[in-house]
Amino acid sequence: MVKENEVLHIAELADIGISSAELGKFTEQFNAILEYFDILDTLEASGPLMRPLVNVFREDEVTPSISQEDALRNSHNPEDGYVRAPRVI
Amino acid sequence: MADEDFTVIIGLEVHCQLDTASKLFCGCSADFRADAPNTHVCPVCLGLPGAMPVLNKKAIEYALKVAKALNCRIPEEGEFCRKNYFYPDLVKAYQITMGDNPLALGGYIEIEDDAGNPKVVNLTRIHVEEDPGRLVHMGNKERGHYTLVDYNRSGIPLIEMVTEPELSSPKEARRLLNKLRATLEYLDVFDPEKEGSIRVDANISIKGHERVEIKNISSYKGVEKALTFEITRQKNLIRRGGTISRETRHFQEGKGTTTSARSKEVANDYRYFPEPDLPVIRVSDWVEKIALPELPDARRDRFMSQYGIAVNHARTLTGDLHLAEFYELAAPVGAQITASWVADILIGELNYRDMPLSKVTSHADQFKELVILVRDKTITDKAGVDVLRVWLDSLHENGSPESPAAIVARLGLIREAGESFRGIVEKILAKNPQAIADHKAGKKGALNFIVGQVMKETKGKSDPREIHAMIAEILGE
Amino acid sequence: MTDIYNAYINTAEVKGSGSGILSGVRVSIKDNISTKDIETTCASKILKGYIPPYDAHVITRLKAEGAIIAGKTNMDEFGMGSTTENSAFGPTLNPRDVTRVPGGSSGGSAAAVAGGLVSMALGSDTGGSVRCPAAWCGVVGLKPSYGRVSRFGLIAYANSFEQIGPMTTNVRDAAKLFSVIAGHDPKDSTSVNKPYDGNVVPEISGKTIGIPKEYFGEGVDAGVSGEVRKAIGKLEELGANIVDVSLPSMKYALPAYYVTCTCEASSNLGRFDGVRFGPEPEMNLPWHDAYTKVREAGFGGEVRRRILLGTFALSAGYYGKYYVKAQHAKQLIAKDFAAALQTCDMLAGPTMPNIAPKIGELTADPLQMYQADILTVPVNIAGIPAISVPCGTAHKMPVGLQLMGRMFGEETILNAALAYEEAV
Repeated sequence: MVKENEVLHIAELADIGISSAELGKFTEQFNAILEYFDILDTLEASGPLMRPLVNVFREDEVTPSISQEDALRNSHNPEDGYVRAPRVI
Repeated sequence: MADEDFTVIIGLEVHCQLDTASKLFCGCSADFRADAPNTHVCPVCLGLPGAMPVLNKKAIEYALKVAKALNCRIPEEGEFCRKNYFYPDLVKAYQITMGDNPLALGGYIEIEDDAGNPKVVNLTRIHVEEDPGRLVHMGNKERGHYTLVDYNRSGIPLIEMVTEPELSSPKEARRLLNKLRATLEYLDVFDPEKEGSIRVDANISIKGHERVEIKNISSYKGVEKALTFEITRQKNLIRRGGTISRETRHFQEGKGTTTSARSKEVANDYRYFPEPDLPVIRVSDWVEKIALPELPDARRDRFMSQYGIAVNHARTLTGDLHLAEFYELAAPVGAQITASWVADILIGELNYRDMPLSKVTSHADQFKELVILVRDKTITDKAGVDVLRVWLDSLHENGSPESPAAIVARLGLIREAGESFRGIVEKILAKNPQAIADHKAGKKGALNFIVGQVMKETKGKSDPREIHAMIAEILGE
Repeated sequence: MTDIYNAYINTAEVKGSGSGILSGVRVSIKDNISTKDIETTCASKILKGYIPPYDAHVITRLKAEGAIIAGKTNMDEFGMGSTTENSAFGPTLNPRDVTRVPGGSSGGSAAAVAGGLVSMALGSDTGGSVRCPAAWCGVVGLKPSYGRVSRFGLIAYANSFEQIGPMTTNVRDAAKLFSVIAGHDPKDSTSVNKPYDGNVVPEISGKTIGIPKEYFGEGVDAGVSGEVRKAIGKLEELGANIVDVSLPSMKYALPAYYVTCTCEASSNLGRFDGVRFGPEPEMNLPWHDAYTKVREAGFGGEVRRRILLGTFALSAGYYGKYYVKAQHAKQLIAKDFAAALQTCDMLAGPTMPNIAPKIGELTADPLQMYQADILTVPVNIAGIPAISVPCGTAHKMPVGLQLMGRMFGEETILNAALAYEEAV
């Protein structure tokens, strides 16, 4: 059984946010779904996995970048060509 | 507790940018340093929804070249995976890197320990990964706190080389980095002149105590400084009866100190899993076809046998590809004297001026001219150093230097025979009876002061050996 | 034409500059496919206002063939759902009965075709998202073999499973649209060089069709299985050999699917932090706090539930139990299909176990909603192609016949589907 504090920890890892009103219901659904997943654990994980594709590469050739205007188009209040982001200090 | 009880254990994770033309997973140019922010970006390296990575073959070839040079084993299958965490420099909230199936395993690097003996440092692994963007600016109180990000660096190919925890001192760590840098430069896969092209994380512990990780040291000097600081901090803490906690610390380049990172930053569970958009790589058989150039150790040995120079000169000269090439260009004028002038004098003068060797390499003929002037005793060693300084200064300032011969002529530095300075020698001897007394009393080196005074008075045109002989004669020895 | 079914998020039209087999044809596009200069939202608040600076590969192909991009269609947010009710833009209605859902997640594309607004649309199919709404709205939907159509520009939900596919009024149009979008794209490393020539012909005689017993098991509505059995009878009449087969690993299909897709989604959706696109974060807050606020407000309930599930399944201590086991289950399922398809040219069964549910009926319990995907998910896990073709009605609602082919065997199932369509 996954407990509410574990769900909270996961929410923190995922930067997703969870309100105390949702927590009980989420935890309950979580456990129902995880129980459903449990059949997987009866499988033997043995042998290598199939690789339909291997070694897909591109050559080291420069192709045009997009314009700075396009790069910044969907960002908020860019400054001197830089993208603005929340603080890290 | 005595100092000897503190055994230091250091392991390094070294990240180097591979010198490809385009980025690791897209065609954006990797040559971004001179350009405006966010001009070397595309949907892939900006992490726009729907964009997909396509692996740069050359990055894998370069990494394999490094792996071969460092004696690594290439597993049959390599796999890219996602390392998930949130940070404003990381466009996709995951870094594409390699996890359980890296490009290369094992391998080793030979360095000298602090006593000068050969030491083998084992590698754990080498893998390829993408560089994040660059946080270039923090706000301030007036404008509010925020971050500005330039994604030009996002997606630049990196190799990460992880050593076993086998280094015993900050100096060893520095030597290992120098060796790595030289090797990568010889392999022509890395440009150490580019700002931020090498970054190091270090794990450091005192034997019997917890391990501390120091993140993101971005210079060679920084590594030695950060480790030295950290050892002192840990030793002091232990001496005071404190406990070292397992933590991540950041190196503050400016202050030369390390500070603890906040737990929220490091309490990470990276949730690695295979990158579903990149097929696995099977490249172990490429290694045979890779031709390695002469590497630093081989070149060092060749320099000793071919030019007959001393091991310390050979090691210094081969520790940097361009230096070795420059030496070989100049060596025909005299292998030993050139070795000494490059390794003992030129490097120091360049460092003093913070001047790259590349400024000198295009004027190798003039440097040879200077060595010839000294070799043929046209000028004295002392005058030679003065000429070198003037020459470097002019080169540094305007790029087209005055030739050494012209400098010698302009400053009148041609060596003159000792006899012409007899008057000066006698005058200085007369002024310094104490030095003579000391000399007669058997004090070693007492005459050097006299010789120095003469050199000064003669503007370096006199040969110190001749002056020594003349003094002995005057003193009747 | 007014959008009475709420099939569209955006009705902007852009005409391709090329001319070719789609000259002047209006094609609607699911809103998780990037369209240059046209807002692309994935039906999520978190992408409201996002204008891609580039076209998905399939859009480039459509424009080159002269198609008109006719609006961006509604969907379950990021493709997560089977009803097109999980949309920030409200639910899409089923044109065959507006009190019912159209299915999902490509419900807008299905409704646009079924409602006569366009004859062709693109959807994407991660676990049935093309075939489910095709079946429930009574249109044709093709899920191509994994890798046959480039995913470049498709906003990823579960990379390992999804493909873009045509949704059309008839099989010939599906073949035509598929011929335009199939083929190699160097921008998608999982793309393979298997173009399709578009030459669809009615062909079924002499083909062996396997009927997996698991497709007619418990939970499949009797009305639905009756219609599908009738359709299989028709195929037999047309000269097909019908044989029984079994896919014993199918019991692992849904758990393996949901583990893998939630894991991949939890990572894919990390980039929606508001910095480069999306709602503005509070710049003055520490980044984790700012991102958390943006993501809590921007993602709907089902998306957040799947991100949490995936984050959990990948977290320390659980990765081996869930993700690794799911990959081995995937391999077992693929082997089961490969074995059955060695003796059979194709497999047949219902697309969905039931007809389209009433609005609100399926969303209350996520596990029940997941179980609706039981007959479509195995195909995505195996990577093989499958087509849903309308085959009569049950309870007055359309039923879909699902034909599942060999890897890169789209030709065979398209030809069989055309033979069936022309015969009824």
